[in-house]
Amino acid sequence: MTHTPRERAAWSLAIFMVLVYALVPVMWMISLSLKPADKLSTERGFFYGIFHPDFDNYDTIFSGNVFTKPLVNSIGIAAIATFIAILLASMAAYALSRLDFPGKTLILSGALAVAMFPPISIVGSLFNIWRNIGLYDTWPGLIIPYMTFTLPLAIYTLSAFFREIPWELEQAAQVDGATPFQAFRKVIVPLAAPGVFTASILVFIFAWNDFIFANTLTSTDNARTVPAALAFFTGESQFEQPIGAISAAAVVVTVPIIIMVLIFQRRIVAGLTAGAVKG
Amino acid sequence: MEAATTEATRVAPAPPPKVTERAREERKLAWMLCAPAVITMLLVTGFPIAYAVYLSLQKYDLRFPDQKEFVGLSNYVDALGSSTWWGDVWNTSLITIVSVSLELALGMAIALVMHRAIFGRGPVRAAILIPYGIVTVVAAFAWRYAFDPASGFVQGLPLISDTAAPLTERGGSLIVIILTEVWKTTPFIALLLLAGLALVPDELHEAAKVDGANAMQRFFRITLPLMRPAILVALLFRTLDAFRLFDTVFIQTQGANGTETVSILSYNVLINRVNLGLGSAVSVLIFICVLLIAFFFVKVLGTSTAQQRGEV
Repeated sequence: MTHTPRERAAWSLAIFMVLVYALVPVMWMISLSLKPADKLSTERGFFYGIFHPDFDNYDTIFSGNVFTKPLVNSIGIAAIATFIAILLASMAAYALSRLDFPGKTLILSGALAVAMFPPISIVGSLFNIWRNIGLYDTWPGLIIPYMTFTLPLAIYTLSAFFREIPWELEQAAQVDGATPFQAFRKVIVPLAAPGVFTASILVFIFAWNDFIFANTLTSTDNARTVPAALAFFTGESQFEQPIGAISAAAVVVTVPIIIMVLIFQRRIVAGLTAGAVKG
Repeated sequence: MEAATTEATRVAPAPPPKVTERAREERKLAWMLCAPAVITMLLVTGFPIAYAVYLSLQKYDLRFPDQKEFVGLSNYVDALGSSTWWGDVWNTSLITIVSVSLELALGMAIALVMHRAIFGRGPVRAAILIPYGIVTVVAAFAWRYAFDPASGFVQGLPLISDTAAPLTERGGSLIVIILTEVWKTTPFIALLLLAGLALVPDELHEAAKVDGANAMQRFFRITLPLMRPAILVALLFRTLDAFRLFDTVFIQTQGANGTETVSILSYNVLINRVNLGLGSAVSVLIFICVLLIAFFFVKVLGTSTAQQRGEV
């Protein structure tokens, strides 16, 4: 198929517009984070910070506990929640995609119901239960809701991936003399790894993104994650919005995720659509 | 793969009248593998929602915990009798309907660009994944600061008033909130629609072209009807998601200027006023709203996540 120069120009414009759309807020955050406080209202151009970078805001956020402690919490809580959710979801997805048993539809519908469940509806209950059993403002207090609310996504994504695995290869390997464990480790694990990895990224992003549980089930740096910490950042005085510091912190939690998303974009797209469309 | 599954079901013999030993073993294993996930989901969503229903029937204010007593439906009467609740339902519905409509239109446009891309599909896909990967709170801050009257860049743009301060009044605040929501979640819709577009056979388009249908007709008569299942699934998930809108409003206005949503209301009553009884009633009402929305999509519009599984 050939295309006229006009068609090519139109597509180029469309692509350019999508790029601008996606990048504007990100570039603006980066630009703000690189602006010193005294330039915030005097140099309001979009690109000022990018062309005149000043790293004061980054020094500020990394010089105390205000940001570094929540960052550690965010990483730890999201990582543990991801690990547990993927472990439980892999077991369930294996059964759902490979074994025959009554109740399959019920489990899938149940997972769908949890995916639609409004977290705000149980915030009050969890707040009260966690206070009474000592989980309020602790890591497990956040890990438990995160792993639960990511289970549907993980189960759906993993089932979709597991259905694609040619499981006969396992028997073939055993016929060729491999022990069941060898067959599993050398044949099935490498085939399943990409799906598990993709599901892990999606689950991690979900946990990393959460604000409502982090806001309501924590009160101090003991377990407060970055999104909640950002909302309660205060400047030198109560009335001063620490725009620069918030922007710098926002960039720190955004850039690694963006890089990860860009590196694994094909897998993420496959995972998102497999989980949602093929369900 | 779809073909393989149907093949397997066709080849499989009719179910034997008696459950064999092997089948029983398989069931036992399957249930054991599913149990941890199922129990976790039940314990962390089912139990707390039941507990919320229980709390909602109590007079229970953490400032006066001794006065806790059973009051029946009086919290619901209070909530449903207040103009705040109905005002917030209206705000939430308005934001939901406007943002989901915009997302659908914009998402469809992006999906079509990606589907029929002559070149540059990779960069477009990479770009639209950026909003998906960004923490909602960060996106909310980015847009709030962009519109900040003292340091934002939007005021400096052509066609925008130099004194514009949208986040200080209702209309402007709603626009910024909707803009943030649309920006952040359109990519997700676009990806779902793109997957749906891939299921529309090219031959149909070719045939319609031969019959003289123009691009517009082909889109409305072929693409859209065939994509109905994909569109409904995307709409269902996004509507439910938009209805529980919390993060963006919390960061941008905290519910001020008449932008309070039902989730913000619930948060304020539960966490700021620590009135667990009334707050739980609001939580349960939100849960019922979500059930009604899901019911409407599934029963009235016939949304089915299974529709697209193997039968296509």
